[in-house]
Amino acid sequence: MTTPTWTNPIIKWIDYRLPIFTFTQHHLVEYPTPKNLNYWWNFGSLAGVVLVIMIATGIFLSMSYTPHVDYAFDSVERIMRDVNYGWLLRYLHMNGGSMFFIAVYIHVFRGLYYGSYKAPREILWIIGVIILFAMMATAFTGYVLPWGQMSFWAATVITNMFTAVPLVGEAIVNWLWGGFAVGNPTLNRFFSFHYLLPFIIFALVFVHLWALHVHKSNNPVGVDMKGPQDTIPFHPYYTIKDAYGMGVLMLVYLAFVFFAPNFFLEPDNYIEANPLQTPPHIVPEWYLMPFYAILRAFTQEFLWIPAKVLGVIAMFASVGILALLPWLDTSKVRSARFRPIYKQVFWLFFVDCLVLGYVGANPPEGYLILLGQVATAYYFLHFLVVMPVLGIMEKTRPVPDSISAAVTPGGTSGKEDT
Amino acid sequence: MTETATTGTPADAEKSRRDFLLVTTSTVGVVGTALAAWPFIDSMNPAADVRALSSTDVDITPIEVGQAITVVWRGKPVFIRHRTSKEIDESAAMALEDLPDPETDADRVKKPEWLILVGICTHLGCIPLGQRKGEPKGEYGGWFCPCHGSHYDTSGRIRRGPAPKNLTVPTYAFIEDTTVRVG
Repeated sequence: MTTPTWTNPIIKWIDYRLPIFTFTQHHLVEYPTPKNLNYWWNFGSLAGVVLVIMIATGIFLSMSYTPHVDYAFDSVERIMRDVNYGWLLRYLHMNGGSMFFIAVYIHVFRGLYYGSYKAPREILWIIGVIILFAMMATAFTGYVLPWGQMSFWAATVITNMFTAVPLVGEAIVNWLWGGFAVGNPTLNRFFSFHYLLPFIIFALVFVHLWALHVHKSNNPVGVDMKGPQDTIPFHPYYTIKDAYGMGVLMLVYLAFVFFAPNFFLEPDNYIEANPLQTPPHIVPEWYLMPFYAILRAFTQEFLWIPAKVLGVIAMFASVGILALLPWLDTSKVRSARFRPIYKQVFWLFFVDCLVLGYVGANPPEGYLILLGQVATAYYFLHFLVVMPVLGIMEKTRPVPDSISAAVTPGGTSGKEDT
Repeated sequence: MTETATTGTPADAEKSRRDFLLVTTSTVGVVGTALAAWPFIDSMNPAADVRALSSTDVDITPIEVGQAITVVWRGKPVFIRHRTSKEIDESAAMALEDLPDPETDADRVKKPEWLILVGICTHLGCIPLGQRKGEPKGEYGGWFCPCHGSHYDTSGRIRRGPAPKNLTVPTYAFIEDTTVRVG
């Protein structure tokens, strides 16, 4: 990459003092990107777009929202009925949460399929896992703010998990609540965290991109870029591709906002929180259901560790284990395209996640208890046994020499430049 | 700094003095920062006004035998049940080895006819059913938690389901024969 020479004197003056134009040129315009990225590579930038929409709608919603147990529910209804376009802001924000998780989950599964987590992108991947944790915390605190029945009882059930901590569990929960039950101090601080965390996510996304731009994007064949013949500049090729993807995302997103705004929401959350009555069936939002199923899969104590503690540990571990994947996956080949068995194992894992989601959505009764336990066991087996063993045993298909060799018929690297 | 006298060259002595200063300064800095964090952390603990609401007086005269009421103490539901003699006998007769969290009924009540419990399931904090007429009381005649299916007996002890412990007995005292102070 060469340092561009600016001709406009104002740009030149600024860039000499703060090289933002050179930075933009390097990282958004001529930034070398693999020429073979498919549409699965859209979802990182789509998640970024949704993050910006969430922060924008959230800032304006907060101007009309009251974080007090006596007013929170009514202030949300006032946003819906009286605040100009309040309904739009709220429905964009509410459904935006689901869109964010859809985009990020596809982004994660893209990484799993094409081995994007492998050397030298481990830290990039781990930052992504941290972002996922921060997103879950943000989504959970946000779900509590409307102070409906699901809000209150989700807050109660989730914070009660910390009572599983030996000895100091009770003290921790009282500290989290700021009282002896979920109440006004809890709502206040959840609002504070819900406002804070998205900016932390924003900062983490910057670090994520920083790490990305060191070794640049992985690609569908999983072979490193070997020279200019393997790349195209980010602009206009991928700016236009991302813009197209954004158009499709907005169609889906706005279809929910305008035609099925409560599709993802539990109707019980339109009943104001009542600390003396538990709804018959407490469920988290859809994007947390697989983890909820893992939490509930533990019904027996093991090695004197109570079932509740095991469930909580397993639930956090189910996300945290992703951070270890770069070392658990022993295969030298990145992309599933050249790993015939992993390609099937990947889809098996995907189905396992869907099964966990289904179990998490339903009351733990009858065969669902066993199904949840089997699916949880397989979830961890996938990471702890299948990935390490498969990497050693699997006979991979020959990997192309370069991106060009793989995507240009009959071509070898560098040919099409002439 | 006696050890500097025993080390070799003046350069080495200088180096170990520098190391010592660096380590002590960093340690004081880290400890100081950690201590400064405490007021922030402690500000999230229950505030004085929240702690001040720590007791509730309840007039128990209107509760007939077999009835139960729910009162609020520190934002939590407290169950007060006027037990029947059959319930008292059943609870007292229960063999301890058959209980997941063994406790005698006598240890859980001050007066056998009055059972006073924090009405929060020890699993994940839902409110068990069984207070009102017509609500399921579970298989052991006490309470049933609808969230994850825990059954409690007529002493509020866990008998079946994922909850690890018996329903908590709050601190309480009979300040008169007809008044209970919870907390």
